[in-house]
Amino acid sequence: MKERIISEKAVFLKTIFAFVIFIAAFSIGVYAWKKLRHEVKVAGVQSTLRKGLNTNEKIFSNLFSEKRLVKTYPISEAVSHVRVNGKEGLRTPVDTANWRLQLVKKDGDTLSLTLDDIKKLPKTDIVFDFKCIEGWSQKTWWSGVKFADFVKFYHLDDEAKLAYAGLATPDKEYYVGIDMASMIQPQTLLCYEMNGKPLPLDQGFPLRLIIPVKYGIKHLKRIGTIFFSNQKPPDFWAERGYDYYAGH
Amino acid sequence: MKKIVIKHPLAIRWFHWINFPVLAVMIWSGLMIYWANDVYAIKIGGKALIKFFPKSFYEALNLPFHLAEGMAYHFLFMWLFFVNGLLYVFYTAFSGQWRYLLPNRKSFREGWLVLLHDLHIKKGLPPQTKYNAAQRIAYTAIIIMGFGSIITGLSIYKPVQFGWLATLCGGYEAARLEHFVLTIGYCLFFVVHIMQVILAGWKNFRSMVTGFDVLPLPKAEPKEPEPSEDEPIIEPVIITPVNS
Repeated sequence: MKERIISEKAVFLKTIFAFVIFIAAFSIGVYAWKKLRHEVKVAGVQSTLRKGLNTNEKIFSNLFSEKRLVKTYPISEAVSHVRVNGKEGLRTPVDTANWRLQLVKKDGDTLSLTLDDIKKLPKTDIVFDFKCIEGWSQKTWWSGVKFADFVKFYHLDDEAKLAYAGLATPDKEYYVGIDMASMIQPQTLLCYEMNGKPLPLDQGFPLRLIIPVKYGIKHLKRIGTIFFSNQKPPDFWAERGYDYYAGH
Repeated sequence: MKKIVIKHPLAIRWFHWINFPVLAVMIWSGLMIYWANDVYAIKIGGKALIKFFPKSFYEALNLPFHLAEGMAYHFLFMWLFFVNGLLYVFYTAFSGQWRYLLPNRKSFREGWLVLLHDLHIKKGLPPQTKYNAAQRIAYTAIIIMGFGSIITGLSIYKPVQFGWLATLCGGYEAARLEHFVLTIGYCLFFVVHIMQVILAGWKNFRSMVTGFDVLPLPKAEPKEPEPSEDEPIIEPVIITPVNS
């Protein structure tokens, strides 16, 4: 360790200098913190924090690979009592006879599909660890049509080149925006069965999204419309302070 | 005149004092996130001995219903925590400061003696340099814990893209528990650290701000010994050849 011999006055001055810097840095820190706490909120959260979330989104969506699959489990490991969390978009009674999936194409044409139309496509099962943004997770079993298969079947290749898909419930009370890479990831399903039976009403009958690379908030129940866009579609929880990406 | 001995390099003081508030924000925002699914408890025979955390604890810190806010803070300050920690590790490795920090062969035995000394069970301390054996173990452990927080944190944050890390941690849920336990570890470290700083006193604290210890000047070493008066002075005898 280095040693020096200096006068007592020099020791005193060096000490004072160090403490002045220390207190000044501390004050700057407190000031910056207070400023951050009282910043104008953008979509429910301080603008700097929102910028942070958006930067993270850029970093981690660049890192995303559809080749990295979500871990799957045998059906025997799936729970029988699946947790229900959130009723947004489900409060309006569903008109089962007249329900149609409204698929808005790039040119503005809308395809109106029945559940039977969707069921004609190959069926895929998945048992995976469904993760809620609150921190809990559950191994659950879902069945439906791969969104990637659906895109191919309905010739949505041009739409799939856009950056985002937007989904909403029939009553438009709940809505999500999802980056296209996650949408066409091979484990993303337009799901109509849970535990081998038609979806219960509170799990999104007749059709819901299952997107294992995202938190539960993105697994929209009771899909009414799907559209495609290069702009970020509105997202219910992202408007309330949450991360827009919410992906794994 | 005084002698000053450089104890803590400037870089290490900055890393230390930046880490303190950043880690505090990480723990505070982490608690907001944990609140949304607060399932951990220490149980003995099915009975919860310690519940993490009681309702009063959350309310005292205004934690309930701040999940979104907690995540937003956590995922911004994680970068500061990560970069500051990384710079500290690099600095320590390349400056040679690791010599004072890493435990050596003697540290684990001596660390025990330091503990006994600090608990007033035994008197006397083994010789030390900048840090004693217990400090070497503690300050190295806290860096390993920081590394652990990053690994477990990434496993929770991106469990698919960093699936291999999640597997390393024993799965998503295990990673969440480990992340939590590490945080409790920081809090315990903090309590002991603060107690030790208070006990070590003002001069020790001051050196973490100024960087140096002040020592009294050592006694000046005597120069060439001067002849003293009561010693007989021997005149040089010049012997000259005598001519006959």
